[in-house]
Amino acid sequence: MPYTPELQELIKRVEKTRPERVERKKRGEEFQPMTLKEREDILQYHPDFKEEGRREILVGPNKGYRIAHEMVDLLHAKSRVDPDKIDLTKVDYSTDVLIIGGGGAGTAAALLARQNGMKVLMATKLRLGDANTMMAEGGIQAASKSTKDSPYYHYLDCMGGGHFKNVPDLVETLVTEAPGVVGWLESLGTMLSKSEDGTLSTMHGGGTCRKRMHSAGDITGAEIMRTIRDEARNHPNEIKIVEFSPAVEIILNEKGHAAGAVLYNMETEEYLIVKAKAVVMATGGSGRLHIQNFMCTNHYGATADGLVMGYRAGVPLCFLHTVQYHPTGAVFPEQAEGLLITEKFRGAGANVLNIDGEQFVYEREPRDIEASAFIRECLVRGKGVPTPTGKPCVWLDSPMIDMISGEGTVRKEFPGKWILFHRYGIDISKEPMLVFPTLHYQNGGLEINQQGETPVPGLFAAGEVTGGIHGQNRLMGNSLLDVLVYGRICGRSAAEYVKTQAKDGRLTLDHVKTFNAGLERDSVPTDHRVSPMLLPDYSNPDIRKKQYTAHYVGTIR
Amino acid sequence: MSEEKMNIKDALVPIFFMGKRYEVPASLTIQKALEYAGYQLVRGCGCRGGICGACGTVFRYAGSYKIEVALACQTVVQPNMYIAQLPFFPGNKATYNIEDLEPNGSVFTALYPELYKCIGCGTCTRSCPMDIDVLGYISKAIQGDIAGVAKGSFDCVMCGLCSGRCPAEEVQFYVAILARRLYARHMQPRSAHLARAIDSVEKGQWTAGIAQLKAMEIDTLKKVYSEREMEPHMGPDNWTPGDTTYVNVD
Repeated sequence: MPYTPELQELIKRVEKTRPERVERKKRGEEFQPMTLKEREDILQYHPDFKEEGRREILVGPNKGYRIAHEMVDLLHAKSRVDPDKIDLTKVDYSTDVLIIGGGGAGTAAALLARQNGMKVLMATKLRLGDANTMMAEGGIQAASKSTKDSPYYHYLDCMGGGHFKNVPDLVETLVTEAPGVVGWLESLGTMLSKSEDGTLSTMHGGGTCRKRMHSAGDITGAEIMRTIRDEARNHPNEIKIVEFSPAVEIILNEKGHAAGAVLYNMETEEYLIVKAKAVVMATGGSGRLHIQNFMCTNHYGATADGLVMGYRAGVPLCFLHTVQYHPTGAVFPEQAEGLLITEKFRGAGANVLNIDGEQFVYEREPRDIEASAFIRECLVRGKGVPTPTGKPCVWLDSPMIDMISGEGTVRKEFPGKWILFHRYGIDISKEPMLVFPTLHYQNGGLEINQQGETPVPGLFAAGEVTGGIHGQNRLMGNSLLDVLVYGRICGRSAAEYVKTQAKDGRLTLDHVKTFNAGLERDSVPTDHRVSPMLLPDYSNPDIRKKQYTAHYVGTIR
Repeated sequence: MSEEKMNIKDALVPIFFMGKRYEVPASLTIQKALEYAGYQLVRGCGCRGGICGACGTVFRYAGSYKIEVALACQTVVQPNMYIAQLPFFPGNKATYNIEDLEPNGSVFTALYPELYKCIGCGTCTRSCPMDIDVLGYISKAIQGDIAGVAKGSFDCVMCGLCSGRCPAEEVQFYVAILARRLYARHMQPRSAHLARAIDSVEKGQWTAGIAQLKAMEIDTLKKVYSEREMEPHMGPDNWTPGDTTYVNVD
């Protein structure tokens, strides 16, 4: 798996142009950034703009909304369970706040709900911590250095990155709460990179005007997730965790309030009823839908479960017509395909280069712009780097970083990727990487307000499953921020709601029956599919043919 | 699901899952080989990207007595690998309030006393798929060097392979995360600039400025955005902007 002889020849072109490019970097000379008009123009190359990739939703609050086929397939699918077969009086778990999802948002919500006196039940699909949060790398944004930055500038950057379509209230809350969230992480004992005197290390990301990206090596998400997960497990009496038990439907009560969920124990295959006074949806993203057949950076369980459950319960969707392709997904070796190569490499000075070893785009454009530029360079200008698998890609010149900031910087600042490539015989401090856009982030999702409330009373949502904060495109470092800001807010809001507004009532799945009936009535074309999907289908078709007695419901046996 | 489609042009090689022989394409990772062979992964699969520790795997090469370890999602199969996975190993996690703890060895005496049963065999280091010197940081823990444990264990993905094979029945990765949290909470200095930034927010210093931005016509907002001053990429950390209206001035 080290570079082939052909690729090693091409690397020589990169090495030839490198000294001059390092000098330019040191002088502060960057490739010309695009104007707003140029940004709009290059988006035509973005996968979002492929009309064949989308179709209209035919039922529910967003009837008529054109989004990716893969998402519509799930919204048009039937429930995994027949509501008539479930006895909702037989409650298996009773709690104050049910949190669906065990990533950054869910765990932050659990901690704050508990702090506000709630008994919490977390239902996770895989293990607590198995989430996209664990895989986030480069950083978390916050205006922590007030002599050069403030939420005012963070707000501007956010809005610009989102093409000015972001919901202003949600952005204001995000950026205003940001310094406090970093303080919270500090007090929990998160090892964010700091100098000897306690100054947090900060750098630029795509689309930022001030250096406000805080990181922990190149495993910022993992460090945050490990820490808050450890804290959640420090309160076993108040935070109960049920793993490998994803929710498959929200339960409402007769008053229309969220009142719990149906869980599916993936190991014993039984369905369980949770009764709760408030529900927080924190199910994360949808990369494993492989929209337009793209490779993805996401964890195994990112299958849009929360979108399906929330939509059936009546929560509208927003900003799902754009999905974020991270510009730099690994392309070589094939075994690492799709893996996230953090934007922090570009923040630390690495150039992006075509087959000639030349720059063709400013490295820190917002992600949708950057990704579009890579696609144009490879597929329109024909200047991509050829690989054994035939997949298009460009160079990310990581060796520059050691030349700019001193030998050993790459190994120290990017330990996660250093060891990953090292196992494949590639030393990224001496050899550039091959990258191409990879499906990365769900920019939109369930509608929420500044309190984390959805329009369904008692149903809150936080993290990647929600929409509106990032507009049409999220900036680097705003997702780790989003999950913690809105996770915490949901924890507090849910607690407040339980104390003052929760209304008990008979549990019901009538909304699911109504939704299923709507599919029938409107003759929505559906197939055998059920949703939520829970896990992607990576089965071997040859094996499937021989599974004569196996019975699949959707993707799960 | 095209990214996961098997490369059927590959040569097939034999591997053994828990003793059962399967033939799989030579370029697959252990994880994808399991799926190729027909297993649907529920346990033992998480990020598929080498950071979550769900897919801890032990194996031997045919004819070799040596036990090897790996993360299944990151390791390509070799002919005649004998493979088993460890998706979970029971570990006793202590509960604690990080605020109340002192950053020294006394926390381990209180919370993980089995730490001192370490016999220095080094099995933990040899069991680590992240190339961490586990014995190194456990030794530091025994010496009460919290900072040393924190820095030495930073790359840990908490897969549990070390504790699965430890003759002293320790759970090294729980010791490690406690040390990392102690180090960050009690040994690294609090960030003064952060405290000041939080204070400014709480005082509402930026509320009016953001309210202005929220109220702007979109074209005005775009103009303000396009003209905003950019902190130089290679500048010093104490750079200050020309326009100080929306920052603190010392």
